[in-house]
Amino acid sequence: MNITRENLLPGVYLTHIGTDKFKIASLSISFLAQLRRETAPGNALIPNVLCRGSTHYDDMEKLSRRCDELYGTAISPLVRRIGEIQTLGITASFPESVFLPAGENVTQDVIALMSEILLEPSTRGGLLREDYVNSERDKLAEAIRSRINNKAQYSLIRCIEEMCCFEDYAVARLGNLEECREIRYRKLTRQYQQVLSSSPVEICYCGRETPEKIAECLRSALSTLPRGEIDYEIGTDVRMNAVEDDVRRVTETMDVNQARLVMGFRLGEVMEEPDRATLSMFNTVFGSGVTSKLFVHVRERLQLCYSVASIVDVHKGTLFAAAGIDASKASEAEAEILHQLQEVRDGNITDEELEYAKAGILSDLTAMLDSPGAMESFFFSNAIDGSDLTPEEYAVRVREVTKEDVSAVAKSIVPDLFYLLRGEDK
Amino acid sequence: MSVTIEKINYPSVGETVYTGMLGNGLKIYVIPKPGFSSAYAAFATHYGGAMRRFAVGGEMIDTPAGVAHFLEHKMFDMPDGSNALTLFSQNGADPNAFTSSDITCYHFSCTEGFEENLRLLLSYVSTPYYTPETVQKEQGIIGQEIRMGDDSPARCIYYNLLSLLYDHHPIREAVVGTVESIAGITDETLYACHKVFYAPSNMVLCVEGDVDPELVFSVAEEMLPKERRPIPRADYGAPEGLLPLQTRKEERMSVAVPEFLMGIKIRDEVPSEEEGGMCTRLHRRLVASLALRMLFGNSSPLYTRLYADGTLTQDFDFDTDYSAGTAIVLIGAEATDVDKALEEVHAEIARIAREGFDRAYFERIRKAMIGGRLRALEDFDNVCVTLAQDWFDGFCTFDLMDLFWEVTCDECTRWVAENLIPERCAVSVLLPLGDKA
Repeated sequence: MNITRENLLPGVYLTHIGTDKFKIASLSISFLAQLRRETAPGNALIPNVLCRGSTHYDDMEKLSRRCDELYGTAISPLVRRIGEIQTLGITASFPESVFLPAGENVTQDVIALMSEILLEPSTRGGLLREDYVNSERDKLAEAIRSRINNKAQYSLIRCIEEMCCFEDYAVARLGNLEECREIRYRKLTRQYQQVLSSSPVEICYCGRETPEKIAECLRSALSTLPRGEIDYEIGTDVRMNAVEDDVRRVTETMDVNQARLVMGFRLGEVMEEPDRATLSMFNTVFGSGVTSKLFVHVRERLQLCYSVASIVDVHKGTLFAAAGIDASKASEAEAEILHQLQEVRDGNITDEELEYAKAGILSDLTAMLDSPGAMESFFFSNAIDGSDLTPEEYAVRVREVTKEDVSAVAKSIVPDLFYLLRGEDK
Repeated sequence: MSVTIEKINYPSVGETVYTGMLGNGLKIYVIPKPGFSSAYAAFATHYGGAMRRFAVGGEMIDTPAGVAHFLEHKMFDMPDGSNALTLFSQNGADPNAFTSSDITCYHFSCTEGFEENLRLLLSYVSTPYYTPETVQKEQGIIGQEIRMGDDSPARCIYYNLLSLLYDHHPIREAVVGTVESIAGITDETLYACHKVFYAPSNMVLCVEGDVDPELVFSVAEEMLPKERRPIPRADYGAPEGLLPLQTRKEERMSVAVPEFLMGIKIRDEVPSEEEGGMCTRLHRRLVASLALRMLFGNSSPLYTRLYADGTLTQDFDFDTDYSAGTAIVLIGAEATDVDKALEEVHAEIARIAREGFDRAYFERIRKAMIGGRLRALEDFDNVCVTLAQDWFDGFCTFDLMDLFWEVTCDECTRWVAENLIPERCAVSVLLPLGDKA
């Protein structure tokens, strides 16, 4: 496997992962924007509108037909939130030529189709089509409302909204409903043009073609990308301390059988020089996976729940510990989760816990090399951090992490807001 | 080693499969993947939530709902007090398990120490160890899992549909059981069911990764019991016809958009040898999958129209489900107007039955399925689990690969006309709380 990175056009970078391991090649094109309440739903909407139709394939049926002809190429909108950066674009996966009946190579056609979708949308009078914008806006609004369907995800989103109410981080990946409903096609067209001209662009290819071939196809396909001044200032603000001295608490009720507890923390001063390897080790020891303290104690020993896990956002410096519990056990679960955090703070980490966490992370890193999607995420995250850490270098750092390092992360952590979603008293 | 390992090449998808059966009746598949760092193994038993009543040695045995899934949870406990999950994690392996209506599957993926992990997998799954205390403890954890499921719209809409389609088939009831039913499970129940269903003759081992097939066979032969035990036979009760019991059920839940899930019972019996036997059945299944994709796929006229006019908010979710002796076509979607969507679905089915599929469209979809098929092969987890399911269903997944070139457009039209009949449909609907019906 050979990984290269090059600057194709102003603010447009290609990460090329050359490998013949896979039957399906993949290519993602992402525009980076600052996550803001006002623009978030519009940014999330743009790729959906673009995927409704281009100049040549002006409705979904024609676009889908084209994808069918390209041997089941799949092209879909891609919207992500990484820290306080929102990324919008499209991603494609398509068969490698050696597996096609007559060895057809669809790479160039797929890249041409992707660039047409991104740069030559179906328009009316130079504006994004009102019917497409309205229809996708309504669907996005439904998608935002549908967050309540998944209670685990919903309770996490609600905890973040409350905890980070003074920060852009409170805005979820797809944005908020209120701003979504305000979207109109004229304004969205301007937002789209703004993104094209000023957003940094990250492209990631994984497959058998050479970097030269992919770069050439992309340069040609993106030659009409109207670039202006590129906004390199986007980034994530890290808040080190809790919003108030005492832990804030929010409890909401809904028609649910199982309560969801989400405890939000700030990682604190470790974020002054955040080290991805140490933070990841802390999270694995504390609450990720079956050897973590939360799984072993909250689930297995005390049987307080079926699901319990923690997640760390290394970009924003937050920690969330979440569990699905019986509402009557909420304070017991909360106390135990805090107790386990205290254990890590006190350095009560066994050699096994440390070693299992390392083994788990190192194994995930190696396994990543077998997954185009996981590699794309890794290098994409690198690109956003301005890091050139290779998976091998990352592995070396993980091996070096000590109990004291893990404990130091826990010592730096401060509780901020605890959220509980519970059923209505009947 | 006493086993003959057969090597089969599938050049159109660039895979080679090594397969064979041990003296104890265990079927093994190994797909070597040179150059990959991770290896995946799935060890599955033909035992799931719907197999509550079964015959073994001439005796009929009834068990409470949820035993198969309960067993899955308890298999990780080892007699020496250790836990298999922890042991895997020591090796950096990622273990897990799931139970469906007719299989229970234990699997792991790892990047190092494959042989050690494989030994651990075979050992823990074939070593029953339960005590009244550990069973009681698990009742609490599974109780929470059941609660979590009760809040899942997907689960609710699915089981509501099954209760419309079936009168008494045990597939109607949740794989996890209920808080009440699992209260009736004891360590003895678990031992008894393990003995019956976890015999190698009722199991399959599927491995994919950069591994030596001979090693897999020899480790399995060394680790597992030598005895070939009888294969249990599940009793799903008297056969039920193709008509549903009732045709519609609505429920309100905290969901944002109304959803529907339509189910249609279809024929899936194995034809007589004169009519082609299993081969004909597989051909029919391929016809069904192509026909459904043409009707409901992302380039279908129906989907693109309903998406564009706002009736649907997302793709159709459509599939055939062949589990525990049942065969159902499932078509689901979130829809702003469920009744309109259903009407359109019926109208499109009727139109195709009348006019037939467009031939150019058929050719294009067949082309598109090449990509889809390759994509599915990229995922070791998916490949191994599908191989296991298909083995219990009587065939090898890879044998389907080239069969689909034999499917014709007319067959797809005929399948729609003969199977997707309005009288056989039932529909389960979820509505948001507080909306008018």
